[in-house]
Amino acid sequence: MEQFTHILLLFVSTVLVNNFILVRFLGICPFLGVSNQIGTAFSMGLATTFVMTLTGMASWLINTFILEKFGLQFLETVTFIIVIAALVQFVEMFIKKTSPVLYKALGIFLPLITTNCAILGLALIITSEAYSFIESVVFGFAAGVGFTLAIVLMAGLRENLEFADVPGVLKGVPITLLIAGIMALAFMGFSGLIAM
Amino acid sequence: MKFLKIFKNGLWDENPTFRIVIGMCPTLAITNAAINGLVMGLATAFVLLTTEIIISLVKKLIPENVRIPSYVLIIATMVTTVDYFLQAFLPGIASALSLFIPLIVVNCIILGRAEAFASRNSVTDSIADALGMGLGFTWALLLLSSIRELLGSGSIFGYTILGAWYPPMAIMLLPAGAFISLGILIGFMNFISRKGVK
Repeated sequence: MEQFTHILLLFVSTVLVNNFILVRFLGICPFLGVSNQIGTAFSMGLATTFVMTLTGMASWLINTFILEKFGLQFLETVTFIIVIAALVQFVEMFIKKTSPVLYKALGIFLPLITTNCAILGLALIITSEAYSFIESVVFGFAAGVGFTLAIVLMAGLRENLEFADVPGVLKGVPITLLIAGIMALAFMGFSGLIAM
Repeated sequence: MKFLKIFKNGLWDENPTFRIVIGMCPTLAITNAAINGLVMGLATAFVLLTTEIIISLVKKLIPENVRIPSYVLIIATMVTTVDYFLQAFLPGIASALSLFIPLIVVNCIILGRAEAFASRNSVTDSIADALGMGLGFTWALLLLSSIRELLGSGSIFGYTILGAWYPPMAIMLLPAGAFISLGILIGFMNFISRKGVK
């Protein structure tokens, strides 16, 4: 039971308190680039969550059974980036074979995920925090959920902004950053929620 | 002449932070103190310079189909070198930058310039491009982090600028302050360049 509470707290704190985008600043590129419409933002979030959960699993296994066992920690960055690239490629092939509908929805976002720093960041956080296997998987999934939450909220705000009269020099990226700042302020309200 | 032209391109015309808006994660995350911004910028510039030199030298040896994985491997090797160098010589700053040093690997600036420039230009031109882009990124980070440190704790590089009369705005050091100050800064840069055109 205690274990379960701990996992639940980890989940909530990763989604809300330490949100990957708004608190840790990981995955800003897709957050600014793919947040024009709610539909595409949601697909991007879904694809990222999928890859993040798998990365959480894979990075724990590789770190425990290969890097730590043979004392190869200095190859951490090199190994993880290759594993992530291979994983994304594999997921893409798998989805293409099994579910063409899902592939149509997620297809173009998958290659982009390789260079999403949230994924590599996730793998590096898992090793530095020394999470257990279950914790790693939950952490990966929760990070993806938090990412989806932030990017979908942002897309919702930007869709409404289409009709607003924004000063010329602030159009595009600057106004998006200003909105993100206000969102980050709102998310600060969660910071006292869980002490972890 | 050409060297200078390519060099200047990265500093202003195609500045990675203010004009192209890439490499946003480190730009927002570590600019809470001027020294962090400077070190991060120089570390990225170093990785950019070495990888562009290596890639422009070996570009004919790498088969077309596996070029992206090869570039990523070269970049990751250089980043690991920088990571261990900073941990050994600047441990304080290395721990402040923590995660974002290894994350230089996925900084779009590096792979972007490797693919768009170094893979199809000579070594000299690649050096000019790397220096321009690298220093362009560095001055952008330095400017943003100086503004945030000045408003957030009243100092720059740890030296007190604004005296005791100034109530520090802690918000500038928090994530929200990063987003808002970068948004205003990019808007300001747009304003300047628009005036230049007219």
